[in-house]
Amino acid sequence: MLEYLNEFVAEYGELLLEGTGATLVMLAVPTIISYVIGLALGVVLYLTAPGSLRPHPKLNAVLGWVVNICRSFPFIVLMVSIIPVTRTIMGTSSGILGTIPPLVLSTSPFIARMVEQSLAEVPRASVEAVEACGASTPRIVFSALLPEALPSIVRGVAVTLIAVLGYTAIAGAVGAGGLGDIAIRYGYYRYQTEVMVAAIIILVVVVQVIQSVCDIIARKVDHRSQG
Amino acid sequence: MIEIKHLTKTYGDAEGAPRALDDVSLKIADGDIMGIIGMSGAGKSTLVRCINLLERPTSGQIIVDGQDVTGLSGTALRSYRRRVAMIFQSFGLLSQKSVLSNVCFPFLAATGRVTAQNRERALELLDMVGLREKASSYPSQLSGGQQQRVAIARALACDPEYILCDEATSALDPASTNTILKLLRDINRKTGVTVIVITHSMGVVEKICHNVAVLEHGRVVEQGSVADVFANPQSNAAQVLLERVDWDA
Repeated sequence: MLEYLNEFVAEYGELLLEGTGATLVMLAVPTIISYVIGLALGVVLYLTAPGSLRPHPKLNAVLGWVVNICRSFPFIVLMVSIIPVTRTIMGTSSGILGTIPPLVLSTSPFIARMVEQSLAEVPRASVEAVEACGASTPRIVFSALLPEALPSIVRGVAVTLIAVLGYTAIAGAVGAGGLGDIAIRYGYYRYQTEVMVAAIIILVVVVQVIQSVCDIIARKVDHRSQG
Repeated sequence: MIEIKHLTKTYGDAEGAPRALDDVSLKIADGDIMGIIGMSGAGKSTLVRCINLLERPTSGQIIVDGQDVTGLSGTALRSYRRRVAMIFQSFGLLSQKSVLSNVCFPFLAATGRVTAQNRERALELLDMVGLREKASSYPSQLSGGQQQRVAIARALACDPEYILCDEATSALDPASTNTILKLLRDINRKTGVTVIVITHSMGVVEKICHNVAVLEHGRVVEQGSVADVFANPQSNAAQVLLERVDWDA
């Protein structure tokens, strides 16, 4: 058994390591960019909603549409349909670079909705209390709303990362590599089940780590319950 | 002095939209503890939220020390709100901030930062409400009554001229209610701050208010000194609130 494992690692270890690296890059870079866009978008969606701090029905409706339209595309359709745009921005539509625009385009609206929801969970009385203190809207957002919503936003990070991990497997279709690509190429096209199993195990571990780390951080920053 | 003139608030634009407030006129003198009492849905919360413009009145005026504040916005509105502190039924503390940071929030709102002097003042206020030792606790670690005392300390942080209490004791047990009411009365005596108390409990009015206005269906149906209204309630609403009518009738 041990011998078999050694052999397996010798033959496929490098491939799997590279795949894991590619997956983590495709996971991290677009997610970070998307959080910059998604947080801003989520805050604006929250603030402009009817009855919120800066109600602006038109802007809210337009942004809502844009977000919904981006979210209506199944990721693979979005990816192939914006290939010309991707090529213009990144100079290529394949490889890891080619996955960044479609991943950002589909992840940002997802994050925007999660952030909007996290902000909406902040008790109305807390928001009104800081409003009644004479705080400006930016002050309310940065000193009250976002800190109050932080535990929920951190939990959203886990959901987002795991969703993006799913997209990165699909992105393998444009030759971006990564674990999903390995699992499909070796497992599906070449019937090398053991490589697929190894790739799946790594993916499962990555998901577990993401969830556990986010849970720990969320608990650390959460002062809402006694303790 | 706060003068409320012909204040009307409707929700929705329809011609016959229900009026939460219907031609309300009131005068609240400086240094007074004024009770505004009514059943649920009588419009008393709407009224008090119009005073600090958390809600915009549909028509009418609110005049504070001779200045019409009804149309204020931006910086002028924010500096007006610092003169009128508010205490909520559900406390409205920031659960992710320590007690001290909560009390310091008005400083942050006013100047964008919290100085050592501000923190010193906040600790004094916490001392005054008897919670100095809880400064580094979080609101969730406190009881309801303690949270409301923190909210009072926060309200006092910007040296307000008026304190609006929106059902401030409705979520508290009788012992905590008494503590909060005593605190408000003492602050009123010590600093001369005007206190406006919204409640549906005549007990609260009887304990601390000097004057009272009774609200029913968005209208002021009775007002006067607490002694007069209690001795001789004219309106049906006041009689019910005072439990002067047969409950089983």
